[in-house]
Amino acid sequence: MPADLPRFSARMRLLPLLAATPLLSGCGMVVLDPAGDVARQQGDLIILSTVLMLLIIVPVMALTIFFAWKYRASNRDATYKPDWDHSTQLELVIWSAPLLIIICLGAVTWVATHLLDPYRPLARTGPGKPVAAEVKPLDVQVVALDWKWLFIYPEQGVATVNELAVPVDRPLRFRISSSSVMNSFYVPALAGQIYAMPGMETKLHGVFDKTGEFTGFSANYSGWGFSNMRFGVKSLPAGEFDQWVAATRASAEGDLSRNAYLKLETPSQKEPVRRFVANDPQLFDAVVNMCVEPGKMCMHDMMSLDAAGGAGIAGIGNVRQVTYDKFAARGTVDAARWSMRYVAAYCSAPVMSNDRPDAKPVSPEKLKGEGLPLPNKPERTALNAPAATRPLS
Amino acid sequence: MSDAIIPHPAPPTHPIFGKLSIDAIPLHEPILVATFIGVAIGGIAVLALLTRYRLWGYLWKEWFTTVDHKRIGIMYMILGLIMFLRGFADAIMMRLQQVMAFGGSEGYLNAHHYDQVFTAHGVIMIFFVAMPFITGLMNYIVPLQIGARDVSFPFLNNFSFWMTSAGAALTMISLFVGEYAQTGWLAYPPLSGIAYSPNVGVDYYIWGLQIAGVGTTLSGINLIVTILKLRAPGMGLMKMPVFTWTSLCSNILIVASFPILTATLALLSLDRYAGTNFFTNDLGGSPMMYVNLIWIWGHPEVYILILPLFGVFSEVTSTFAGKRLFGYTSMVYATVCITILSYIVWLHHFFTMGSGASVNSFFGITTMVISIPTGAKLFNWLFTMYRGRIRYELPMMWTIAFMLTFVIGGMTGVLLAVPPADFVLHNSLFLIAHFHNVIIGGVLFGLFAAINYWWPKAFGFKLDVFWGKISFWCWVVGFWVAFTPLYILGLMGVTRRMRVFDDPSLQIWFAIAGVGALIIAAGIGAMLVQFAVSIWRRKELREESGDPWDGRTLEWATSSPPPDYNFAFTPVIHDLDAWYDMKKRGHQRPVGGYRDIHMPSNTGAGIILSGICLVLGFALVWHIWWLVAASFVAVVAGAIVHTFNYKRDFDIPAATVAAVEDARSRQLAAGA
Amino acid sequence: MSAKTLTADEAVQFYDLDEHAHPEGHSTMLGFWIYLMSDCLIFAILFACYAVLGGSYAAGPAPKDLFDLKLIALNTAMLLFSSITYGFAVLQMQQGKVKGVQIWLAITGLFGLAFLGIELYEFHHLIEIGATPQRSAFLSAFFTLVGTHGLHVTFGIIWLVTLMVQLSKHGLIAANKRRVMCLSMFWHFLDVVWIGVFTFVYLMGVLR
Repeated sequence: MPADLPRFSARMRLLPLLAATPLLSGCGMVVLDPAGDVARQQGDLIILSTVLMLLIIVPVMALTIFFAWKYRASNRDATYKPDWDHSTQLELVIWSAPLLIIICLGAVTWVATHLLDPYRPLARTGPGKPVAAEVKPLDVQVVALDWKWLFIYPEQGVATVNELAVPVDRPLRFRISSSSVMNSFYVPALAGQIYAMPGMETKLHGVFDKTGEFTGFSANYSGWGFSNMRFGVKSLPAGEFDQWVAATRASAEGDLSRNAYLKLETPSQKEPVRRFVANDPQLFDAVVNMCVEPGKMCMHDMMSLDAAGGAGIAGIGNVRQVTYDKFAARGTVDAARWSMRYVAAYCSAPVMSNDRPDAKPVSPEKLKGEGLPLPNKPERTALNAPAATRPLS
Repeated sequence: MSDAIIPHPAPPTHPIFGKLSIDAIPLHEPILVATFIGVAIGGIAVLALLTRYRLWGYLWKEWFTTVDHKRIGIMYMILGLIMFLRGFADAIMMRLQQVMAFGGSEGYLNAHHYDQVFTAHGVIMIFFVAMPFITGLMNYIVPLQIGARDVSFPFLNNFSFWMTSAGAALTMISLFVGEYAQTGWLAYPPLSGIAYSPNVGVDYYIWGLQIAGVGTTLSGINLIVTILKLRAPGMGLMKMPVFTWTSLCSNILIVASFPILTATLALLSLDRYAGTNFFTNDLGGSPMMYVNLIWIWGHPEVYILILPLFGVFSEVTSTFAGKRLFGYTSMVYATVCITILSYIVWLHHFFTMGSGASVNSFFGITTMVISIPTGAKLFNWLFTMYRGRIRYELPMMWTIAFMLTFVIGGMTGVLLAVPPADFVLHNSLFLIAHFHNVIIGGVLFGLFAAINYWWPKAFGFKLDVFWGKISFWCWVVGFWVAFTPLYILGLMGVTRRMRVFDDPSLQIWFAIAGVGALIIAAGIGAMLVQFAVSIWRRKELREESGDPWDGRTLEWATSSPPPDYNFAFTPVIHDLDAWYDMKKRGHQRPVGGYRDIHMPSNTGAGIILSGICLVLGFALVWHIWWLVAASFVAVVAGAIVHTFNYKRDFDIPAATVAAVEDARSRQLAAGA
Repeated sequence: MSAKTLTADEAVQFYDLDEHAHPEGHSTMLGFWIYLMSDCLIFAILFACYAVLGGSYAAGPAPKDLFDLKLIALNTAMLLFSSITYGFAVLQMQQGKVKGVQIWLAITGLFGLAFLGIELYEFHHLIEIGATPQRSAFLSAFFTLVGTHGLHVTFGIIWLVTLMVQLSKHGLIAANKRRVMCLSMFWHFLDVVWIGVFTFVYLMGVLR
């Protein structure tokens, strides 16, 4: 059943009912007409699920109107059976009809959720465009700050605030965290969102298959500056991306040292685009481990100590008061004295990276059955599948 | 740049006034000052009128201290209506801000104010509008439907109402003294923690909900016991009216979920007041745990709100189709299924937290499974209409509007339950449109159906149809005009809780949504006019039979409004549609042989204890520790003193019952 | 409707003409039991928090550094004894002996006070060495769970004293009997919760 559904959906897309979709996307429905393969599959899933549900919703609405009209009190011709209140056959139908739809939708959900898991590396950059084994995704480290976004490019050694530039058609791998409160990292044109949480790392894989300028933002309310927590996204041809890196390095306002980061971290809003040279390879891991401040114990150290049974009675006193007012711009000064404490580091151990290896990529075509040879057409694979089966791609 | 966004620094704590100081009065906000002047003038006028017409004693004796479930029910409805006007004012303010704030304009609300408005809107609409409305409805109708004289614990009922009111009052006080939370209606930490919300807003949020939560939980226990213990003879569980069934399930959900909210908010307040580390970033805390806990309460809460209204639609459809409800048994099982399933879907509110594909798809699929019993319910209403003889009175019109609106809301809900779809629609205006679609289309439409349906029972006259229809069409049209643009904006990638926008192409949609909100405002206006006109024309609209709609359940068996004791003789039930059965088989109303009727006495303990709780909450918000201690001791002492009152009931003498019933006999004879 | 059905239905009774009022407080026990279940849910949440956060020591002390099992065993014994003595009070009530009820309630209260005293001593000791609720998420969850139980016992004792006064004023009337039974459920409920605390927090904490 699940293997058949996407194909079923491919046919459904041809229905005149859905001819309205491009019309709607004409008014800027980026969710249904994005510029990245992941977001496009998610958008298609919205349409598929809607069509599946309309199979039952439309008859119900039609019946409602029909019954409401037909059995109006003034229509004395209609049958009136005041004591009729049960029919086993009908009851079977009314329980099983929704059940069938939900079985289909549940199967679609299970498959799609696993295929489009943001933690899963991409197997393709678009329909029929598999990612070669030797292609490494571009790593971007994302930190949600109060109220701006920091992007660190570890390979390129640069960092930007409120501007994300990436090469088109190259898989992107975002490692995402936050410095203070929960935000949600969302570039609708690229892929779905994922929360950015302090002291934690989330991951997102995506790819642009069109060049252009897009917008990204925080999709989770995070305080007064939230509305302006937006950033420009540029999807550039590979060459232009390299130029952009060079230009960023040339026009950098300085090195993104730990001190520079701590300064950047203090709340501000409507920050213009800012550029840095990023030489500290451990900065992002220090952010995730909440130990950018000198002398603060990293979370991974704390966790391994805790796993070994804590630091005993002796560890009780190893707590320091924050010496500067990290929360100043939130007006915290007096009220939050408790929250301005941290556990001191025992020694300056290197920051361990939270970066875990990704799971194996899975080609969606295989699961959809498109990559499997058909009995009578053994040569048909995802690579040379006729374009007609995928009208929207 | 950052200076501009600080409203005021946290004031130091004073030994007598705590954090409270003159700066807490928002004199710098012209909107609030104007509102305050308006409220003050209105309040003084009401107080003056009450004094002028010497109504204080009447109000105190007959209403504030009453333990009559009918009067408490009506007071709940009035509370809900008042808070609804406040919550709707917030909605209009948001709509206006979002229409204005384009092209570099900051709109007319700064972030500090706007963020309070959307938080207050959510909290008020759920906790102080929807909850009082459904509690009031259940309070009024359930005892009548099961042929009882009152609820099991009449004093607790009064106390619950006043605790809910005290919570609402504390929330309203935040408008003029201090500020409300700027966190969104569920106050996720770490944002709601002391480090990022150091002012009193979140404290108002916590204590307002905690005080109201006590009332809600107690009222839930009360109604469960009432339904289980006080049903009239012959009414087995499978002969209970559907509204009573859905109320039972809703109250079970209340009792099994509100303690979770209480515990979660208590932990948040410990973090804020005592410096513990439950939900903090540092020292081992886990903000994600809060998100899980609050939604383990939050999702059942959604069903707490909608289930009783499902019951209303069942009663209304069956009554106005003049037909037995189709598939009563499957209706009951569907309700029970929903009750149970509502506990295993909470994670769908945060698929984007990174729980992993298997966990996400599990919760996605359980969510979809809920749509099966819900769909079965819808079909049951449909087949109740089938071969019926449908009279289009206002309650039935609301029901049809509900059926057509709610299916769309249900569909978008199931759509959001597909995790990859949720990744692109989560927190977007699509989500906002979805839950307004089910809450307005389901809960509010159901309440309006219920109000139009049972108003004659409560007051003895029908509601005016002309204004009712105007209100109906304004609401239905206004709803779609207001929320279709939000669906579209969601698909355009617009997120919720935004204060300013830079893409000018969005503005037209916000303008349309704003027009929709104005049409809804007209609908609310028409409804208020409907009430006023009906009260004005109550003689013409009078309804003396007690059974204006040819009803089927027991509440229609007694007079309108029912006497204090509801039924002079407890009815005996032989059929699901008990009153229909009695009418069909030509029952005779007994006209003699009355006995004394045992009834609970009124008491002022509820309002006094709740009043002290309000003071306690205010003192906690402002860290006025001496007042905290004093009011806490007063609450405990007051409760103990109350337990020394053993004489809590009285008998209505048979003679009085006879007089009331004879008057009723004359009324019925005159009507016939 | 045919005349035949009418005659058949004449015997059907639609009103209870000889009804008796429900005995006063006949549903109090059910209501109180449901309340206890809602209270149980609060404890369930606190247990769940402890399960999640109980290992987050924030490089501070762990249960085995802090808990003195002997003291806790004594403490547990106090509460278990108090449950037994409450049972004796109920037995006395069933025999209608108000004096016996009073005595056993007093003993129960003393055991309760002893429990609270030991708990306060433990808390005082922990706070004195710096293991405060603010030190780590584990300690926050510990103090909150155990403290909430302690608060319940405190209110139980206040109720118990109130009830003793009411018994001495009105004797074993129906209302008072009902209250004795309600407090009995409350008290045993706290006992059950404590067994959970003792097992999950103390025993498993130290022996882990």
